Amino acid sequence: MKPDELSVIAERESELRKSFTNRINICCSSGCANLGALKVLKAFEDAVKDLGFEKKCKVARTGCLGTCYVGPAVLIEPGDYIYMGVTPEAARQIVNEHIVNGRPVKNFLYASEEYFHKQNRLVMKKAGNIDPLRIEDYIAFGGYSALLKVLTSMTPTEVIANVATSGLRGRGGAGFPTGLKWSLVANAIGTPKYVVANLDEGDPGVFANRTLAEADPNTIIEGITIGAYAVGAELGYIYIRGEYPLGVQTLRKTLDNARSMGFLGKNIFGTPFNFDLELRLGAGAFVAGEETAILASIEGHRATPHPRPPYPANAGLWGKPTLINNVETFGNIPMIILNGGSWFSKIGKEGCTGTKCFSLTGKVKNPGLIEVPMGITLREVVFNIGNGMLEDGKFKAVLAGGPSGGCLPESLLDLSVDYDSLTKAGAIMGSGGIVVIDDKSCMVDTAKFFITFCMEESCGKCTPCRIGLVKVHGILEKITRGEGTLEDLVLLEDMSNFIREGSLCGLGQTAPNPVLTTLRYFRDEYISHIVSKKCPAEKCFREQEKEATET
Amino acid sequence: MSQKTVRLVIDGKEVHAAEDETILKVALENEIDIPTMCYLEGLSGLGGCRLCLVEAKGMSKLFPACTTPVSNGMEITTNSERLLKHRKKVIELLLSERTHICSVCVANGSCELQEMATRFGVDHVPVVRRWTGFELDMSHERFVIDRNRCILCTRCIRVCDEIEGVHTLDLKMRGKDAQVIMDLDEPWASSYSCTSCSKCSAVCPVGAIYIKGKSLAETKNRALPEFVFERRKR
Amino acid sequence: MNASKMISKDDKRLIMLDAFIRKQQFKKDALIEILHTAQDLFGYLDKDIMLYISKILNLPASHVYGVATFYNFFKLRKSGTHVITVCLGTACYVKGAEEILSVIEREFNIKRGETDTNNRLSLFVTRCIGSCAMAPNVIIDEEVIGRASKEDVLSKIKSVVGVSLIEAG
Repeated sequence: MKPDELSVIAERESELRKSFTNRINICCSSGCANLGALKVLKAFEDAVKDLGFEKKCKVARTGCLGTCYVGPAVLIEPGDYIYMGVTPEAARQIVNEHIVNGRPVKNFLYASEEYFHKQNRLVMKKAGNIDPLRIEDYIAFGGYSALLKVLTSMTPTEVIANVATSGLRGRGGAGFPTGLKWSLVANAIGTPKYVVANLDEGDPGVFANRTLAEADPNTIIEGITIGAYAVGAELGYIYIRGEYPLGVQTLRKTLDNARSMGFLGKNIFGTPFNFDLELRLGAGAFVAGEETAILASIEGHRATPHPRPPYPANAGLWGKPTLINNVETFGNIPMIILNGGSWFSKIGKEGCTGTKCFSLTGKVKNPGLIEVPMGITLREVVFNIGNGMLEDGKFKAVLAGGPSGGCLPESLLDLSVDYDSLTKAGAIMGSGGIVVIDDKSCMVDTAKFFITFCMEESCGKCTPCRIGLVKVHGILEKITRGEGTLEDLVLLEDMSNFIREGSLCGLGQTAPNPVLTTLRYFRDEYISHIVSKKCPAEKCFREQEKEATET
Repeated sequence: MSQKTVRLVIDGKEVHAAEDETILKVALENEIDIPTMCYLEGLSGLGGCRLCLVEAKGMSKLFPACTTPVSNGMEITTNSERLLKHRKKVIELLLSERTHICSVCVANGSCELQEMATRFGVDHVPVVRRWTGFELDMSHERFVIDRNRCILCTRCIRVCDEIEGVHTLDLKMRGKDAQVIMDLDEPWASSYSCTSCSKCSAVCPVGAIYIKGKSLAETKNRALPEFVFERRKR
Repeated sequence: MNASKMISKDDKRLIMLDAFIRKQQFKKDALIEILHTAQDLFGYLDKDIMLYISKILNLPASHVYGVATFYNFFKLRKSGTHVITVCLGTACYVKGAEEILSVIEREFNIKRGETDTNNRLSLFVTRCIGSCAMAPNVIIDEEVIGRASKEDVLSKIKSVVGVSLIEAG
């Protein structure tokens, strides 16, 4: 690929796009695919073909629109009409009414304006508008022009300075400044250097990274390649969860395409820069998302973390300097390069710039994949974007940050969503999960659920996490059985703090968060279980009651 | 590359060290005692047992002395109130994890876990103890492995891999279910790669791997780590 | 190389596994990829297969076994003809997946993580398949059932597995 070829393709593609009067985008990401999106796709294709409209109306398979709860979702351009819950029969009706007669079909039309109103889709901007498997679609939207700009007109130092100016922080959860990380790797002694993109989204209830990979894989690849140029790496790995078959497939094909078009490989854009990317599959271990454990897993070992220091920036893969970032972090890079770091630094909140993708799930009316500017309040997320509680339930808590996040009560709903505020409240940003809980859930039971998860996912290397979590689990079990004592609460807090301070890696250090936050904000529920043997949500003790009535 | 020398303070004492040395090594050289369990001189560092955690001034996190390299200007505390509390907890947890009954253990009197329990004043285990009933593997003609006594320090695995060079031993499963295995989780006698070198039994800090019919006081070769280290240097 | 008792040297699956290992250039760090492929081909990871992989990659057998048992995704036993997987991710849990799971356990007399005695049905638990907006999710023989209810799941399993199983169990 030569530099001027890119603009030729981009022009040709946008001409082609303009030649259609209508474009029907059918979301075929995992969520919608599970609801039969592929059949809907076929129905649209057939319907358009039957009418002989192939030249006028393009039917495209795209990625996630974000409205996962009303899938299969369909977006019709122009006008950005979103249809929800589309069946193959409805597809034909939509083609006949909307495409032929220009009358949108009201009863399938998506109504909730608010869902998009408070969002700011930047990383996910192209998702839903392009066919993830067609690299040309991506180029039509300015794809790979950031890479071209970097390779032909910027030095690695300039790239890093640009990223540093943007204020971008790691989207994997800890929020380490990306520019600083890049300069650490760039300045580290040792060759070769490696780049690792973390797509091991092991948190139950989180699907933001997967959605990005399924909807717009090229953004990720372009971002990684720019990162590799900045730090001086020639080989990179994308580590993806093995449980994401569609994501794996999409990335595999995209890597092949990118290679054959010359965006990866030797002498990219005719410059001396060489870079290739390999895909590595995870196999079901939450701890593999930890930055040193992911390295062990890529090397083909058990995914056990290493103590830091030495940090991966100095001694990562095979002991060499390695840059590890979350794929969403890399997804932010192309637009930072194209629009400049100072443009990006104005989005979001001071000290915490940009946007963040969240999977909003649980008991809200509009669950789905959202991208919001940093600094939005939890209330806006739950009640504006999420459109309030499902089945008119009463709001009880928000779980932010996955299984090792925290449970935040109603009084903290006006908390700003950014790294520092969440950490201060006892939760974490994590990889971006927001689960909304209503009063039908018991907080002790919820804490137990998360501890069970972390206990089962603990690698077993260090004592506090391996044994401590079993003890914490035991105490919670005892309390939910109605056998807890008030002393147990002291022990619980004590043990949780010990695990947090003493554990080797992030998993252990954050695992007690659900217990500590529920103890902090919902202590009355613990007391109620212990003293009056009552579960406020009537979730616990039921088994015993059943046994009691049986005998 | 020339070796850089760094200056740091451990427990108020100013010491000098080479840049790539660990805190533990520098402390030992300067006769500052930091308790260890999974660490063994001559083997790679693990940082797993968390007994050697130390405080570094200006950092809220704790660092394992056995794997953390020293850096210039560090101020290390090795025996604060907080650290002693932590160490006691580590021992309590290790004692509660599996079936540890000193009176019927071959390691009684020469057990490192027992020693640490005495040192940190563990007189009872405040958490619920788990009584495991894993089957003993007595199939090997010379060695026994009793996984009920294992503390998963992985010294045996590391000595088998790094010194003997056969890697017969490894861990299976993970977390609370992890176990030391031979080859494909075979009984010891059917292991095709084991060379019966006995190094694993010599490095076991507790009585999990031992030589049949002998008490550990007799067989435990305290000089072995030195032997291992000497051999490494060659 | 003599692979094993259960698979013959010219078993097509073994040839395919060999081809994949060659494609990975016998790299030791590709172990997890290779185990994935082996499980795809054989359905589960037999000890003989693991030994075969360990020899061909020149890795200690205990290392291969250690890796295979560390990751949840790898199965060391053959699963039943029909596989039911209940998602216990946070979103599914909040929406009552645990109840669905215990109903299945009771109805078919089978425990999570196990396969029934006549090898007809396996019940697994997974932590998030990423369809959280559709919670709770149950996968019956690769078909994902979103917004699952106890009744739907039970009747679906019954229709897939057939009534004979329930009578036998």
